[in-house]
Amino acid sequence: MIKAILIFNNHGKPRLSKFYEHYTEDTEQQIIRETFHLVSKRDENICNFLEGGLLIGGSDNKLIYRHYATLYFVFCVDSSESELGILDLIQVFVETLDKCFENVCELDLIFHVDKVHNILAEMVMGGMVLETNMSEIITQVEAQGKMEKSEAGIAGAPARAVSAVKNMNLPEMPKNINIGDISIKVPNLPSFK
Amino acid sequence: MALKIVKGSIDRMFDKNLQDLVRGIRNHKDDEAKYISTCIDEIKQELKQDNIAVKANAVCKLTYLQMLGYDVSWAAFNIVEVMSSSKFTYKRIGYLAASQCFHEGTDVIMLTTNQIRKDLSSPNQYDTGVALTGLSCFVTPDLARDLANDIMTLMSHTKPYIRKKAVLIMYKVFLKYPESLRPAFPRLKEKLEDPDPGVQSAAVNVICELARRNPKNYLSLAPLFFKLMTSSTNNWVLIKIIKLFGALTPLEPRLGKKLIEPLTNLIHSTSAMSLLYECVNTVIAVLISLSSGMPNHSASIQLCVQKLRILIEDSDQNLKYLGLLAMSKILKTHPKSVQSHKDLILQCLDDKDESIRLRALDLLYGMVSKKNLMEIVKKLMLHVDKAEGTTYRDELLTKIIDICSQSNFQYITNFEWYISILVELTRLEGTRHGHLIASQMLDVAIRVKAIRGFAVAQMATLLDNAHLLTGNTQRNGICEVLYAAAWICGEFSEHLEDPMQTLEAMLRPKVATLPGHIQAVYVQNAAKLFATVLRKHDGETESQAAQETSQLLIDRLPLFVQSANLEVQERASCILQLVKYIQKLQQKNVEVAEEVTALFAGELNPVAPKAQKKVPIPEGLDLDAWINEPPSESESEDEKPKAVFAKEEPKHSRSRHTEVDEKELARRREVRKQEQANNPFYIKASPSSQKVYDAPGVEHIPVVQIDLSVPLKVPGMPMSDQYLKLEVERRQKEKAERKKKEKKKKREKRGKERKADSGPESEEDITPAHQVDIVTEEMPENALPSDDDDKDPNDPHKALDIDLDKPLADSEKLPVRTHRPEALKSPAEDRDSESVPQETKKKSGKEKKKDKEKDRKRSKEEKKKKKKHKEVEEELLESQPEEAVQSEETKEAAAPPTSTSAEEVTAPSSAAAAVDTSSAAAPESEPDEPKDTEPEDTKSSKHKKKKQKKEKEEKEKKKKKRHHHHHQHHSDAGGEDSVQNGTVEEEEPLPPMSNYSLLAENSYIKMMKEDADQVYDIQGNHQDESKVVVSVIFENKSDSFLKSMEFNVLDSLNSKLQRPEGAGAHDSLTVPFQLPPGVSNEARFVFSVQSIIMPQKLKGTLTFIVKSDESSTHEKLDFKLHFTCTSYLITTPCYSDAYAKLLESGDLKGSSLRLEGINMPFHHLLARICFHHHFSVVERIDSCASMYSRSIQGHHVCLLVKTSDQTVSIDAKCDEPSLLGNVLDEIKQTFSKC
Repeated sequence: MIKAILIFNNHGKPRLSKFYEHYTEDTEQQIIRETFHLVSKRDENICNFLEGGLLIGGSDNKLIYRHYATLYFVFCVDSSESELGILDLIQVFVETLDKCFENVCELDLIFHVDKVHNILAEMVMGGMVLETNMSEIITQVEAQGKMEKSEAGIAGAPARAVSAVKNMNLPEMPKNINIGDISIKVPNLPSFK
Repeated sequence: MALKIVKGSIDRMFDKNLQDLVRGIRNHKDDEAKYISTCIDEIKQELKQDNIAVKANAVCKLTYLQMLGYDVSWAAFNIVEVMSSSKFTYKRIGYLAASQCFHEGTDVIMLTTNQIRKDLSSPNQYDTGVALTGLSCFVTPDLARDLANDIMTLMSHTKPYIRKKAVLIMYKVFLKYPESLRPAFPRLKEKLEDPDPGVQSAAVNVICELARRNPKNYLSLAPLFFKLMTSSTNNWVLIKIIKLFGALTPLEPRLGKKLIEPLTNLIHSTSAMSLLYECVNTVIAVLISLSSGMPNHSASIQLCVQKLRILIEDSDQNLKYLGLLAMSKILKTHPKSVQSHKDLILQCLDDKDESIRLRALDLLYGMVSKKNLMEIVKKLMLHVDKAEGTTYRDELLTKIIDICSQSNFQYITNFEWYISILVELTRLEGTRHGHLIASQMLDVAIRVKAIRGFAVAQMATLLDNAHLLTGNTQRNGICEVLYAAAWICGEFSEHLEDPMQTLEAMLRPKVATLPGHIQAVYVQNAAKLFATVLRKHDGETESQAAQETSQLLIDRLPLFVQSANLEVQERASCILQLVKYIQKLQQKNVEVAEEVTALFAGELNPVAPKAQKKVPIPEGLDLDAWINEPPSESESEDEKPKAVFAKEEPKHSRSRHTEVDEKELARRREVRKQEQANNPFYIKASPSSQKVYDAPGVEHIPVVQIDLSVPLKVPGMPMSDQYLKLEVERRQKEKAERKKKEKKKKREKRGKERKADSGPESEEDITPAHQVDIVTEEMPENALPSDDDDKDPNDPHKALDIDLDKPLADSEKLPVRTHRPEALKSPAEDRDSESVPQETKKKSGKEKKKDKEKDRKRSKEEKKKKKKHKEVEEELLESQPEEAVQSEETKEAAAPPTSTSAEEVTAPSSAAAAVDTSSAAAPESEPDEPKDTEPEDTKSSKHKKKKQKKEKEEKEKKKKKRHHHHHQHHSDAGGEDSVQNGTVEEEEPLPPMSNYSLLAENSYIKMMKEDADQVYDIQGNHQDESKVVVSVIFENKSDSFLKSMEFNVLDSLNSKLQRPEGAGAHDSLTVPFQLPPGVSNEARFVFSVQSIIMPQKLKGTLTFIVKSDESSTHEKLDFKLHFTCTSYLITTPCYSDAYAKLLESGDLKGSSLRLEGINMPFHHLLARICFHHHFSVVERIDSCASMYSRSIQGHHVCLLVKTSDQTVSIDAKCDEPSLLGNVLDEIKQTFSKC
């Protein structure tokens, strides 16, 4: 089981938090802080596993994380998950984000956290891995996006126009902040279908 | 309308959307909290608006704020509103918000049941998907119970997308509602062989999760998984299965034997490291389970270790880490094969990665031997010095202690070395593990007698240099060692060289800054030291030293008498008085030394930690019985405050000595000795007496002469390194001696026995530097061998420990929702409950009894079955996988209830329908075989409710009455045919009531319509249109196969049949199933109704093809659908005060009805009104009752029912007179038929 999925940046600002067990908001923040504290002080090029997410679960749990440019992707899992498998899952997740957002960067996650949640929901459900095949995930996400668009229809047009205008006078929306080396070496698990 | 939409979207333009909110927060870095609070205010305003788009936008923003740590539970209701939007866009926002912040404590969650059910059966797969995803995050026991059946149906959905989600969510449902596991398991098992790999993987996932917690229940699936393992190419699935086998093998070693070969093949063939790693892991698990009894699998072990070595040597830190992790598993059973890789592991200790170092440390634990212990610990000590960060250093410290103390100090050859290590460890600043070191010091000093002299000297030095340890007492956990040091010095003070100096050190004013429990030990042991000093100077007349000591104590103790700590204060004042008294005696030149030493005479022996618990309860002693009568409630409350004081006592207190004069003390001591002599559980002080009470498990290692080749004392603070050197020298010397001896021996018996011992010296050759008497911990006699069950009682998985191989009993089925207050779901779901004809219902009473009997029998059966299963499994395991699966199938066939599975049929409007294989046309099925003839879930919750009602009534009155009961309560829906004679009920006070009325019938088919239509109105659509669901049972009466059934209704202005999008107004709907002979099934049709105040009749036709062996004909059946006004009422509970207010309001218009000749008890009457007309009783007083119901469009209907002498008068009020009139007419009809 996956107990929690957290994404935060190099300064510990949460970009996505998904807990598959209930905690109060305060505890959640504490977990995020503590996880950030644990993960951020680790060098690059050391192993991606950390034992004892102290707040979640207990000794059975592990933190498995990957660091991409400015973002940490942390999965808290118990012993029923394969460590290398989860590492690959993170990779699939990030690659999917990259496809869906076209060169994903931290800003995409900041402004479209709902979309990230929707993508994640196609991969992990209630703490269990639902789908690992990237093209399948993207197909489902896109189909739902299409539905959303068709529902918005004419009524949605003015709102879209407004948000387009709003975005126009914003110099701070640099696209293409690449998440950098997405091709961190993955232990080869090629047939992930 | 269009204008409204445009206006709404223009409004929206000026609302902040999520992006604006995020942007705003980023622009207000300085006053973020303030900005967010204004945003929350805005959101609150937005939530008040009617426009669902605005609400959804607000909820979307709340979801973001929730992530930032803001509590948004106050908006839970709005979230539910957004969830129930008909637009997917909003629905998804709602469900996302719910999944982020709903939990079991959220009260509005119970409002979502119907909405979720509706979404689950939505024709749009993404509606269903979004509902499943959301539900997986916030499912509660109630939701699980109510929706289990719906989800189970979805497991056979046509779309794999839905199937895999439904399969996966079942795990959550099982956790919350364990009763669902057995009924749902057969279908889950089917899904293991689903054609879609995603669904298959989901099923494997769920079963693996289940099996991980309760593996023994899933052993019977082993052959199936074995087949999957050999056939699947999906690495995810393989990994899960292989992990599952890892959990199963300890329970079934023969499975392990089978596994080794395919796993080894996989290890050789796979290129995926994750798979390789899991294979190695499972092979290890297999080997562990086989380790006893199996000859040798050294090849496999070698393969594993070799593969792991490759992992550890890899440059990828992740692989290195996992390699070490797996290595530690091998270590437990095959330490030898790991020990040969010691170099590699020691190398990992230098790794820059802390996780890897920790793993390597774990491995070291199992790798130490007498030979290398000192060397390894030396290396660790170096790391301790180098370590940055207290966590890792503390980890090192505990590991060092663990390694040294493991299995009763087995590997320690030189305890002086160990004590010096401990003393060296005390120099660590800021460690949390002071108490750990302290307990080790105590342990060694108490249990290793030979070391006491050395230990005491070391401890005295520690005490003397206490200031070094107590730099900052508050933070510094290391001062705990002073506790041990003081105690050791006091207890074994006879070994002290200069007790006076130590005493002085213990009474320094600075001691008062130590924690209370340590001070207490100081004071107590100061008294012991005092006694020692006195004895030392015993015999010297007018000993200056002795008197000085007394004076020292008298001077210093008052400091402790003033201590805030009660324990310290009490001890100090006792001892102070004692010393004062002694001083007086000394001045009179009285010999006191003897008496004072007697105070602390006797020796302490170590006691096993569990000893107390293991004292057997003597026969005849009932610990649960009251000694005195229990005090009344109020008294116990009064006593509570007292407990507060008891808690304050420090934990580390030794038994206190009361302050009494010598004589009294002596007397008491005598009495105590007497008592102890008679008490078998008291642990005697002298070893000689211990032999008398030779308790089982207490073994004494004989005391051996101390080898004086090693100097017992190293001056000053010890350096453990010196010992290492000495040890090496000693060993070499020993070796040389031994060789000499061996040579002699060899010469003596040449060729007879050749020891292959030339290489490195083996374990046994190393003799300890000084053999020590390691006193084992004592246990009481007759200690109970039981060990505690370590299972956590709160583990949710405990409830899922269910035998899955047992055939399903009747009582085990998923609750199916009751027909009334709930919303639409797919037609198939209610198949089981409603398709059961009345005759079976009649039996239900009997069956229940039978169930109980069955329960009793079950345990017996279970045992038998288990035996059987074992046999079956044995066969399976021996046989080839293919065969195994075959037999699995036969097994299934033998237990038909588990195989009442679903065939998939698509329904045009809603969802997949499962065909019920149970035969409704054969209602008179043998009561002896209910298991075989009834579907797994015939008993719906509705039935249960009814039964409960019945039982209640039975208790009230045991009347014998015969009732003729008509199932037809509508006027004339089907002409003459419609009147169906009810069954004759015997001895059942409350007749069963059915909602089904005959709709139409011919020689081929019978249609029954449920009278209480499912009613709901769409939220957001408000008053203008309501939907009514009609469920119709189709029963095939002929011997032929019925197919291509099409259902059509002529729409009226007011009521229309809902047809799928794109269909014309006159198109017919295809019934989503076919009917084999004698089978019945249920379909549901949705109608939209404008006005509900009048009853409606709709004409309809059913066309179908009758297919027999020879021919097929096209047939047609006409029917009339009757919508009563009653069917628009929803049972709604109402509190009496609200009810009174409603009546007072004056908005309601009245009407009344009089029924004559009603010959039934009043509660029957009420039950009928409740059941057939959807009312609930608000209040009942004698023969008068008030009742309430509400229409789907919000009309209140109130009834006042009175009865006297077969006459019933009903006064009714409603805000819609014509609705009321019609309802009353219908009530009248109901009773006119009685």
